[in-house]
Amino acid sequence: MAQAGHAAALRSRTPTRALQPARVAAAAVRAATVLAVLLALCGLWELFRWIWVREAWTWPFPVNDTTLPHIQTIFKALGEPATSQGPLLITVLLHAAWFTAKEALVGFGLGATVGFALAVVLVHSRIAQRALLPYIVASQTIPILAVAPMVVVWLKSGWQSVAVIAAYLTFFPVTINTLRGLQSAEPRAHELLRSYAANRWKVLWHLRVPASMPYLFSALKVSATASVVGAIIGELPSSIQGGLGGAILNFNQYYSITPANLWATNLIAAGLGISFFVAVVLVEKLVVRRAPEQRA
Amino acid sequence: MIVVSIAGLTKTFPKGNVTALQEIDLQIEPGEFVSLIGPSGCGKSTMLRLIGDLTPPSSGTVEVNGKSAHQARLDHDYGMVFQDSVLFDWRTVAKNIALPLEMLGWARAKRKQRVDEMLNLVELLGFGDHHPWQLSGGMQMRVAIARALSFEPALLLMDEPFGALDEMTRERLNIELLEIWRRMSSTIVFVTHSISEAVFLSTRVVVMSPRPGRIAGTVDIDLPQPRSADTREDPRFFEKVTEVRELLRGVGADEHGSVLAEETA
Amino acid sequence: MTLTALRTRLVEWVPAILVFFAGIAIWQLSIDIFNIQKFLLPKPWAIVSAFWTQRSTLWSAGWLTLKEAAGGFALGSAAGILIAAVLARFRRLGEALMPIAIAANAVPIIAFSPIFNAWFDPLSSKPRMATAAVLCFFPVMVNTLRGLTSVRPSQVELMRSYAAGELQIFRRVRIPTALPFVFSALKVATVLAMIGAIVADYFGTFGSLGITIKNSVSLFDFETAWAAILMASILGVLMYVAVSLVERIVLQWDPTRQERGTA
Repeated sequence: MAQAGHAAALRSRTPTRALQPARVAAAAVRAATVLAVLLALCGLWELFRWIWVREAWTWPFPVNDTTLPHIQTIFKALGEPATSQGPLLITVLLHAAWFTAKEALVGFGLGATVGFALAVVLVHSRIAQRALLPYIVASQTIPILAVAPMVVVWLKSGWQSVAVIAAYLTFFPVTINTLRGLQSAEPRAHELLRSYAANRWKVLWHLRVPASMPYLFSALKVSATASVVGAIIGELPSSIQGGLGGAILNFNQYYSITPANLWATNLIAAGLGISFFVAVVLVEKLVVRRAPEQRA
Repeated sequence: MIVVSIAGLTKTFPKGNVTALQEIDLQIEPGEFVSLIGPSGCGKSTMLRLIGDLTPPSSGTVEVNGKSAHQARLDHDYGMVFQDSVLFDWRTVAKNIALPLEMLGWARAKRKQRVDEMLNLVELLGFGDHHPWQLSGGMQMRVAIARALSFEPALLLMDEPFGALDEMTRERLNIELLEIWRRMSSTIVFVTHSISEAVFLSTRVVVMSPRPGRIAGTVDIDLPQPRSADTREDPRFFEKVTEVRELLRGVGADEHGSVLAEETA
Repeated sequence: MTLTALRTRLVEWVPAILVFFAGIAIWQLSIDIFNIQKFLLPKPWAIVSAFWTQRSTLWSAGWLTLKEAAGGFALGSAAGILIAAVLARFRRLGEALMPIAIAANAVPIIAFSPIFNAWFDPLSSKPRMATAAVLCFFPVMVNTLRGLTSVRPSQVELMRSYAAGELQIFRRVRIPTALPFVFSALKVATVLAMIGAIVADYFGTFGSLGITIKNSVSLFDFETAWAAILMASILGVLMYVAVSLVERIVLQWDPTRQERGTA
């Protein structure tokens, strides 16, 4: 809530999200630092590789071209055909990523909606909370990979079952966090609305939901990557060829021959997860306006 | 018509078996500025909440504008201001002020007009697009007051609104509050810890005693209106402060040695 | 705990227990009513009896998986806590690494299984432990870091006024502040470790729970598959409860613990 406190100097009158040069510069510096750290990590990789190969150490694992390819090998593989006379690996992977992205997106939307609705139901009833929360938590102990084949059989293989599996991994953080967010408004604010003779729905719309936004987006950031993971896992038992899951299965078979392909696939998969995450962060910046010290 | 009529009001909290208020009788006329003052545990905040139907009485009656407190709340007969300004971070200042108007279903144009009027009243024109965290504590409190007055309730309930502010801001806001009170011809019930604030603002000061909460006495403040910074230096002001202080001294020290809120000079 | 307190806590569980039995009943009935073929969703009783008949296989497979999960949990959590401690000390490093850590977390763990199988002997427990460890690492690290850095500045200032060095501040202020966060993450990590251990079986050939499930499904023996899933679930819950008990003992002083829900 708003802090009375040390007299805050008035900031400029323009809305906080203006693209002021200072903020753009700060973002650029951050990006540059991340890039620098990435390069440092690549350097570490190669250094680790070099030392371990030289000393032929076998702990934690023997290092050679199969177990830990050169970084440049991985990038080179992207530029080469995946199969003889076929399209470039990177083209194949990007298509697969797009395929998986669509499934993940549907699953994300479904899981987020279900999770949010569930939280709204739960916040209004302590009995429902006590009755249902243990099962909601327990649902996450069921190994999704084990259930995936059955989901595929039930819903007849296809992208729908993949989306359902992605939704399954998405809804839990959203439910738990949104519930906490819906309960996060201070008692005084509830009293204020009571003084306006507000009914349950008005309290929900004007107080609980806005108060829950930071918590919701915190969960959506986790769910963003979880939905991608779910989609990939869902593709495995479905024998769906077109997505990243299929690519992983495929390149796993030929790992000893061309290990770089699998690593490259992981790279693209990470990229997909990251882009979902970044999308959520961008939406959050647009939607959620809070005092700077309160932002997660 | 009497604005607030309290008869035989008793409030007990079952947890800890606390009698917050016992057999309170109080009548408040239109246009009065009544302060409730007393040591911790005297029930002044509880009384305010009972008037606002934010908690039910254990026995006795509370009537506001001739109706039950419950009906008065449903009819939006009063506005409330808390010590913590309770502004919503996700709304701009203007939208915060508009909150009760939205709940009352006002049309957008009417809302905008009223919000502008309110911003003018509390001298915050131009800050409508800011967010609460961009304002100082005193300004946030002014927004809270503007919000409470936005739908022009005849009755204003204020629970130590200036308690978290520094002395200078407090004194300035006191004068502004009196100005608003005059312009809107409101009735105000004001809870405070500060004797000088109570005397400065009110037409009547009600002194309460704790355990159980009771009205120990009343002091009519017949200092001239409009009051200003000069009033604080009027000898009659000091007389009234002393009168209130004597009453409080009588109820302030009990066997547990509870201490009154100390006055800064 | 007093008798009334104990009774209140037990009463709190009544709704959940009611839901459990209601759920089982609905399950049993809908199979009959909607004529769901048994190979899609077996009756609860069929699963329980499969659990019983196969109990020795399930138990040995489960025990193995539990060891792998616990091992991975210990490894990943320890690494997470250690790295968080380092990053808490060197803040800027932490800020720079965080985006990369998030990115690394976005890689589906299933994609690492073949790589782990190449690194470690696929017939040993190592690939599974590694998978579990990797899954545990990130949540534990992030939460521990958050806990270590959420110390109120006024508390640090107080310690400095006692001329306390960084190590003292770490021991007396940061660690106690971080503990609730750490346990919160550890509870999540137990579940993840279990999932990691099972997921890692997808590409493996060893006799643990994941393999059992996989084989049963391919043989359309859904009853055994569900029994194995039940076992995995139970083990996950057991690990969770174990960590909760430790938490209860260690964090007796924490007032916020009382307000947390059933989770």
